Amino acid sequence: MYRTTEIVNQEEGQPLEDGDMIINVGPQHPATHGVLHLVITLNGETIKKVEPHLGYIHRSIEKMCESLSYRQFIYVTSRMDYLSAHINNHACALCVEKGLEVEIPPRAQVIRVLMDELTRIASHELWWGAMAMDLGAFTPFFYAFRERESINDIMEETCGARLTMNYNVPGGVMHDLHPNFQKRVKDFIQLYKKKIHEYDEMVTGNIIFQNRMKNVGVLSAADAISYGCTGPTARGSGVSCDVRKHFPYEIYNQISFDEVLETQGDSYARYLVRIKEMQQSIRIIEQLIDNIPEGDFLTKTKAVLKLPKGEFYSQVETARGELGVYIVSEGGSTPYRIKFRSPGFSNLSVLDHIARGSKIGDLVAMMGTLDLVIPDIDR
Amino acid sequence: MTQEELKIKITEILPEATIEEGGDWPSFDLPAEKWLTAAETLRQQASLQMDFLFCLTCIDWKTHLTMVYHLRSTTSQQNIVIKIKLDTAKPEIESVAHIWRTAEFHEREVYEMFGVNFLHHPDLRLLILPDGWEGKNPLRKDFEDPVNMIKL
Repeated sequence: MYRTTEIVNQEEGQPLEDGDMIINVGPQHPATHGVLHLVITLNGETIKKVEPHLGYIHRSIEKMCESLSYRQFIYVTSRMDYLSAHINNHACALCVEKGLEVEIPPRAQVIRVLMDELTRIASHELWWGAMAMDLGAFTPFFYAFRERESINDIMEETCGARLTMNYNVPGGVMHDLHPNFQKRVKDFIQLYKKKIHEYDEMVTGNIIFQNRMKNVGVLSAADAISYGCTGPTARGSGVSCDVRKHFPYEIYNQISFDEVLETQGDSYARYLVRIKEMQQSIRIIEQLIDNIPEGDFLTKTKAVLKLPKGEFYSQVETARGELGVYIVSEGGSTPYRIKFRSPGFSNLSVLDHIARGSKIGDLVAMMGTLDLVIPDIDR
Repeated sequence: MTQEELKIKITEILPEATIEEGGDWPSFDLPAEKWLTAAETLRQQASLQMDFLFCLTCIDWKTHLTMVYHLRSTTSQQNIVIKIKLDTAKPEIESVAHIWRTAEFHEREVYEMFGVNFLHHPDLRLLILPDGWEGKNPLRKDFEDPVNMIKL
């Protein structure tokens, strides 16, 4: 019934020309940051084709959610894009609230946005360190973790977990902020501002890194749209696609921040977008940290949630792009069908297109700036 | 353009589309055989320019399958939803991978998870499931796996 890889190669795949060879990158490879398997057809050093093979960490989260209640399924989604766990939870909570027609209190909205932006910074920090390590520099990894650690400490104090937060529940957040929260976030902002110039001195302005990233993996705006790219990957090509601007949720329409756009479309442009996005996130946090409204952090909802018959779609901007949650309800206490439109899945599909014709050594720079998180792709 | 105007415009351009009520965005039912021409029209019509296919999935309703396409125009930031009913026994639909390149991966996922056959797809084969997978399509409602599936 199904055609498999071997059959394609033997029967109807393009025959290999003289000098062509096939190499496998992964599933266990340090530069894939997870279990991604790439089958690369090479001619000498030039890439002719990149074929991703997925599924090594597929847990069928969509099927699993069909037997979980509307309170339970949110926790599973922390395990998709584990670097944006809080934002994943946020998307699910928004979708359930849309179905229940519940208004969440202003305090909960501000808490959610604050935590979203902290998560975004933590995610970009890890990306920055890992990407520099892919390109051969080990030190940036330690620098990135130094700042990221203080965000994880804030998360730990607030939600009890450092990575899979599970802080959002339908109706608001699970419990109130820790009394130390404001002080620790302010400390973090101070630390970040004192250290951020080191990032630019070490990598952004470094001629070796620039040469490795400029004009590598060029993606045009039209292709970015056609391949469904979102997030910094598309914004590096000049496509305005920030969900926070175009389809604002919570209080994003009351905050002033800029959507970062670069027009070059190469790896360096994608790099710059993420570096500048961290500063925008700091700007958002600074506006909100002293203005957290008093009041409830949770709207009371029924113990057993039942969504009315129909379908609900909500989208949020994660650190990697647009995450969509599509719930089809039959009126019961579990969803009939859930689809997660994960940003990584679409961003990965563009890899073959931008890698063709470039050298194998540049592939790591492209993968690094696509910022792939494999559990997000496989789901 | 408001959503009401968009609804009227699309029913003018695609006379075979019927409006479905509910949901956040204008939603239309289409017959499967009209999908390819409708997709080309939606993508190319200058006043619509639905150039961004942001979600493609399928729902198993036991009696039939429904393909769901979420489309957005990056110029006007309007979203629409297209739904197409397919026969459960022999689900077949034209591929749109040449119109929206992102459909290539999404259609491969729907192909293995729901068993929908996409006609004229450039490279229709397994993406997530292991090579040599035999058996039912995992996201169909009648799929049972006594070993690996956890039911609560």
